[in-house]
Amino acid sequence: MRRESGGRVDRSRVLRFTFDGREYTGHPGDTLASALLANGVRRVAASVKLGRPRGVFSAGSEEPNALVQVETPFPEPMLTATTVELYDGLAARGLAGRGRLASEPDPARYDAVHAHCDVLVVGAGPAGLAAARAAAATGARVILADEQPEPGGGLLGTAETVDGTPGAEWAAATAAALEELPDVRVLRRTTVFGYYDDNYLVAVERRTNHLGAQAPAHVARERIWRIRARRVVLATGAHERPIAFAGNDLPGVMPAGAARTYLHRYGVLPGRRAVVFTANDSAYAAALDLADAGVDVAAIVDVRQAPGSCATRARERGIEVLTGHVVRQAHGDGQVDGVVAGTDGGDVLEERPIDADLLLVSGGWSPVVHLFSQSGGSLRYDEELGAMLPGRSRQAVEVAGAARGVFTLEACLADGAGAGERAVSGTGPAPVEPSPPAGVPYWLVPAADYSAHFVDLQRDVTVADVRRATGAGLRSVEHVKRYTTAGTAHDQGKTSGLLTTAVMAHLLGVPVADLGVTTFRAPYLPVSFAALAGRDRGELHDPVRVTALHEWHVANGALFENVGQWKRPWYYPRPGEDMEAAVLRECRAAREQVAAMDASTLGKIDVIGPDAGEFLDRLYTNLMSTLKVGAIRYGVMCRADGMVFDDGTVIRLAEDHFLVTTTTGNAAAVLDWMEEWLQTEWPSLRVYCTSVTEQWATVALVGPRSREVLARLAPGLPVGAAEFPFMTWREAEVAGLPARVCRISFSGELAYEINVTSWDGLRLWEAIMAEGVTPYGTETMHVLRAEKGYPIVGQDTDGTVTPHDLGMSWVVSKKKPDFVGKRSFGRADTARPDRKQLVGLLPEDPAFLLPEGTHLVAPETVGPGRRLPEPPVPMLGHVTSSYRSAALGRTFALALVKAGQSRYGERLYAPVGDTLVPVTVTSHVLYDPEGARRDG
Amino acid sequence: MLLIPCPWCGPRDEAEFHYGGQAHVAYPQDPAALSDEQWARYLFFRDNPKGVFAERWSHSAGCRRWFNALRDTATNEIHAVYRVGEPKPVTS
Ligand SMILES: [Zn+2]
Repeated sequence: MRRESGGRVDRSRVLRFTFDGREYTGHPGDTLASALLANGVRRVAASVKLGRPRGVFSAGSEEPNALVQVETPFPEPMLTATTVELYDGLAARGLAGRGRLASEPDPARYDAVHAHCDVLVVGAGPAGLAAARAAAATGARVILADEQPEPGGGLLGTAETVDGTPGAEWAAATAAALEELPDVRVLRRTTVFGYYDDNYLVAVERRTNHLGAQAPAHVARERIWRIRARRVVLATGAHERPIAFAGNDLPGVMPAGAARTYLHRYGVLPGRRAVVFTANDSAYAAALDLADAGVDVAAIVDVRQAPGSCATRARERGIEVLTGHVVRQAHGDGQVDGVVAGTDGGDVLEERPIDADLLLVSGGWSPVVHLFSQSGGSLRYDEELGAMLPGRSRQAVEVAGAARGVFTLEACLADGAGAGERAVSGTGPAPVEPSPPAGVPYWLVPAADYSAHFVDLQRDVTVADVRRATGAGLRSVEHVKRYTTAGTAHDQGKTSGLLTTAVMAHLLGVPVADLGVTTFRAPYLPVSFAALAGRDRGELHDPVRVTALHEWHVANGALFENVGQWKRPWYYPRPGEDMEAAVLRECRAAREQVAAMDASTLGKIDVIGPDAGEFLDRLYTNLMSTLKVGAIRYGVMCRADGMVFDDGTVIRLAEDHFLVTTTTGNAAAVLDWMEEWLQTEWPSLRVYCTSVTEQWATVALVGPRSREVLARLAPGLPVGAAEFPFMTWREAEVAGLPARVCRISFSGELAYEINVTSWDGLRLWEAIMAEGVTPYGTETMHVLRAEKGYPIVGQDTDGTVTPHDLGMSWVVSKKKPDFVGKRSFGRADTARPDRKQLVGLLPEDPAFLLPEGTHLVAPETVGPGRRLPEPPVPMLGHVTSSYRSAALGRTFALALVKAGQSRYGERLYAPVGDTLVPVTVTSHVLYDPEGARRDG
Repeated sequence: MLLIPCPWCGPRDEAEFHYGGQAHVAYPQDPAALSDEQWARYLFFRDNPKGVFAERWSHSAGCRRWFNALRDTATNEIHAVYRVGEPKPVTS
């Protein structure tokens, strides 16, 4: 319930919200969790496996229990009620361990900032503030990041003062003074969730989540900070640990420090009558504060036989202290209504029932070492604290305050200030001695039945489950984690990890230190994919490359195909045409009339220098240095393993100047490949390579009538077959534009590739179109080349295919002493007769189009019953390309088939769905095998 | 994300670089003189140490130069970078 006064909530304003369909109110400064507790809502959700009632457990981001889905303004699942700031109109509901992603796109903006600093301080509690202040005082560039909406950390949850000022006020003033400095940035609502190499840390800032529907649309909802820091100070505090006893998951059971935070920070009493179950002094402060606020503290159950002065003070306040006792059980229907205390050890059957609606627990404190561990830092188990403490890290990082076991306020301030000073200058006061609260680590209340002793509340893992794991022989914490799922939930075991280890240690009779903890991995908190994606969504996900002719293609109804980052016209349907009809028409135009394609995306690389010919000889399988100026040669490049890497044409522009073309998708890889050999193996070769892909617009003019069209567009260019032979190029004026015309064909037809500067590309294209030429796209290009058996590297090849496998032995020089890949052609494997080789396939039904990727099996595999045997079915190969051919009047395909070149005429079977489609193997060259059409 | 000191450009984010595998695996002088096994060793066999490893990097989104680095594969510490053709530095 809410107190009349106190806390950091603004009672002058009322916020309305709904939870599980019921209406409630709260105040600015509340979290959803504090507002629910203020309204007396104990049960937030059911547990994931067992359906047990669960309530708010903690007061921070370590929360394992109170999972909610926020419904407005945008549905977001798997949030914790303890980290959702209340806003007017908030609608949320409890989740039984699993959320549901929204089906509609998130309309909010997300962005990212890259930042550099001298010192990054993580955590704005007393140690972090002191560290930031000390570092900033030297003029260093400082970033202070804290996950809460206001600075103060643990100070917000106690009544402590700094220099006579209430802690929260001191924190606010200190942060404000830091923000005045020009080189200091204070990030609120910002969780540093990942610590990577070389002091690279990533944080998420929640900028408008807390504003609900009032969030301005132009402000990023969340922002990812990618920070490179010279030094890092981790002041990440500590989490209070639960204890395993029967019913420790009931709503109303919470860490003592959390209850204290609800009192001091939110002015909320999480119950009326409390029992405190502790093994250390820290819970006494909570007990006394709650008693001062009017909570009836029925008893403090202390594991220790002789707790010392804090017990005396509690007794002086009239609170009963049961020393040497434990809470055996919390019970109640849906929430705690009483506990059973008893003496420690369990053999004495003295039991004491106590009525209570609140059970505050403290098994000890675990420093938050997650980020330190992620940095590559070692951890060591401290017997006195009963927790992992940071050891050494190879990165430039300091840990300060409770994160390294320093718990008193004075010591935290001194420790932080020292860390901040050292972070700047490398020298300064030594870290202060750890000062854990007096106590003993305590983990598990012994019992006969462990089925309600929970270790991981979110995964519903009990001590009985851990015992099953150790009983099955598991001895490693990593194995037990995977066997039981303890620590694998949304909270990643922040409060349960070490408890699981300690329970294992108890069951196995070994020291906790021998078992250690499971690896801490980023992210510290769940981070939404929307935040990580930032602006890299939709159109901005990847750069889009378009050619100089793109606008024309769009205006003329082209459909586009993505080829790498390029948008290429796929086909140009006329009204009423589907893809099949359009492509057949475009193919006929290219084979019977004249057609043109935008080929600008072909990779183009200038290779210049006195040794350019020698260089290309070493990279291509065939000779390039013998090419005459004015001539063009087709070439294939292989990797050193002999497998085809790319193909294209090499044009000799001058003695020392070649222009190399590559496949569209491979242009960057080929340039990289050239640079790698030049820089790392052949630095003595005088060669420069430059990408000129975007500098040229290229139009392929194809078909028996292409010569007459070119003659009209380039009246000064002799175009006769003898004057302008195949595989040569000419400088000419085409459509009044300076151009380089190449006689190259990727279709088998008479064809030209006309290159002009990108600026002139559209004018060239429009001039060609004005001649009545049919535009065609990549699909037609694919059909035309496949009819001729020209492979597409990356479609008909896959990195296991040699030029010989493609039927291109003629492109592999026997004269050159060496080239990249040559030695591999002498390996036994590349000489195997049963290698997969490129062949043509003709389905026996000439209308049947084989799906690309279809496997092929031999008749003996199918047998007389024409059925596939039980798997594994021996496969001969697969279909790599498959089309309908206007020229052939039927469907056809290319395929890689074992020993394919020796199978011409054989029948194979292609399993398609439930049927076996008979196909006949042919040469991969299906159209004009004599090459008669090349000269028109 | 590593901070890789390119010998030409200085320290840059790892995202600007491409990895190139083990360094100092020279293309054989005369591949034809090698046995299949020797050639296969050149093609397919690489060291995979836990500890300091001489490896190639290319500053592909920067100066586009290849260089070598001595990186500890267990800790990701880069002990030295050096240009192609320079001898492998001696580190302790
Ligand atoms: Zn560079």
